[in-house]
Amino acid sequence: MSTVSPSVVSAKPSAPTPPTASAGAELALHGVRLGHPDGVAVPGPVDLRIAPGELLTVVGPSGCGKTTLLRTLAGLLPPLEGRVTQDGKPIRRPDADRALVFQHDALLPWRSVRANVELPLAIRRVPRAERRRSAGEWLERVGLGGHARKLPHQLSGGQRQRVQLARALAARPRAVLMDEPFGALDAHTRAGMQDLLVEILRGTGATVVFVTHDVDEAIHLGDRVALFATGDVLDVPHPRVRDARQAPDTAALRRRVLDSL
Amino acid sequence: MSAGSRRTGATSAGRRLVRVASPLAALGIWQLLTSYDVDLWLRFAQFPTVVEVASALGDRIGTEAYWQDLGHSLRRIAVGFLLAAVLGVAAGTAVARSRWAADILGPLVEVVRPIPAIALVPVAILLLPTNEQGIVFITCAAALFPVLVSTRHAVRALNPVWEEAVLTLGGSRARVLFSVVLPGALPGIFGGLSVGIGVSWICVISAEMISGEYGVGYRTWQDYTVVDYPGVFVGMATIGALGWLTSTAVETLGRRVTAWLPRPTAGVTAVGPARAASTPASLASASASVPVSAVPRPEKEPVP
Repeated sequence: MSTVSPSVVSAKPSAPTPPTASAGAELALHGVRLGHPDGVAVPGPVDLRIAPGELLTVVGPSGCGKTTLLRTLAGLLPPLEGRVTQDGKPIRRPDADRALVFQHDALLPWRSVRANVELPLAIRRVPRAERRRSAGEWLERVGLGGHARKLPHQLSGGQRQRVQLARALAARPRAVLMDEPFGALDAHTRAGMQDLLVEILRGTGATVVFVTHDVDEAIHLGDRVALFATGDVLDVPHPRVRDARQAPDTAALRRRVLDSL
Repeated sequence: MSAGSRRTGATSAGRRLVRVASPLAALGIWQLLTSYDVDLWLRFAQFPTVVEVASALGDRIGTEAYWQDLGHSLRRIAVGFLLAAVLGVAAGTAVARSRWAADILGPLVEVVRPIPAIALVPVAILLLPTNEQGIVFITCAAALFPVLVSTRHAVRALNPVWEEAVLTLGGSRARVLFSVVLPGALPGIFGGLSVGIGVSWICVISAEMISGEYGVGYRTWQDYTVVDYPGVFVGMATIGALGWLTSTAVETLGRRVTAWLPRPTAGVTAVGPARAASTPASLASASASVPVSAVPRPEKEPVP
């Protein structure tokens, strides 16, 4: 714990603002047929390229297999056919490069909030003092600095999702895969979480794939919106601008997305 | 929150009173039935009274042999149970996590499991060079299966999301094992350990009765063969007290390591060990509460 002097250590993972050189990963599907582990195929995008640093939202009705897409990108599930790549190299297994944020209850219930956020750092063998400091910073950023010692079940659903965000981002992954992370939250909390996500992602440079069934959420957050069923990818005219909701081009996109569902 | 804790505080005071009163009442009835030599189909004429048992205990406690027996039994339990805990958790986890382990170990476990551990005495005698090792073997075999089976269930019941979360954070298989599988299965594992410690006592005492030199079970059997009934009851009380002590220790440890569980679940785990605690004593035929509470009382009497 005391072997490393804090002033030396604080240089790298502590300052989350400046993006590192190799920030975002490029993810791609090449002629892929998605499928469950039991071999049942899931209709979904066949070819898809997600640019480094891009925030791609994926919309589709609930239960259509969006989770399968994320799990395939994460490397938890092999595709039935085709190739899934990160920066051109095939994805064969899960990796710290691609953090997955789950819909709910993915925090380890026996670990305190801080220990959960420290987990990816421990996996990367970050020294303990540095781990603690970095986790504390991430918890501050998601507004939970005072809850570090609590257990997950002592937090509200929204707070738990914020901890999950902090945990996913703490080890500075190059891609973040988000599976309806705000799906179980009420509308007000959800808007707050979207703003927090936008703020927290700024400067990380990470590529984000954000799956949701909420069209407004998809259009607000994404640089581009992918329609799960058809695989079409549409540009978002005003990404992450709250005031652009009523803009004519946003409304046109919204109509188009809704029609596709 | 504070209102709730005050209420539980009040009930726990009442419950404590009942808990003390119940064994005392049992002792009182025992004393009455035996001192008046009641013969109502059940015959209490030859049955030692509480006072006789207490004075026998008082005599025994002063002797070195008593403590020697106690030490022998405790050592056998400790070694056998710890071995069973380690082997049971390891094998249970392996069977739950690996198809190979399930195919190789699964059938063996299912065939050996129904055999009462005490029926393994011939195996122990054939295989192991000393009686001592045989008793430890039987104690271990007794606790192994409850631990193994509950570990297997607990590991299988883990939420797969936890493992996937750790994998996508870059965790290795070993990391998943030590950060997810074992901590997540601990509540279930401790359920098995609580049952296991109870069964261990049953078997260590039985094994000592059959083939031991020294030990509480050996002494109890010896007393029976020389028709020293108060001595037999001293043995039973000792077994009850030791069983109660060890299962309380297991239960306390279990509660401490699973303190993260949300409240209502923590209440459920408290139920198992209490039942396990009564098992070794109930083997000794008397009701569990009687020998347990009989222990502290005679200590007040002067020991010659």
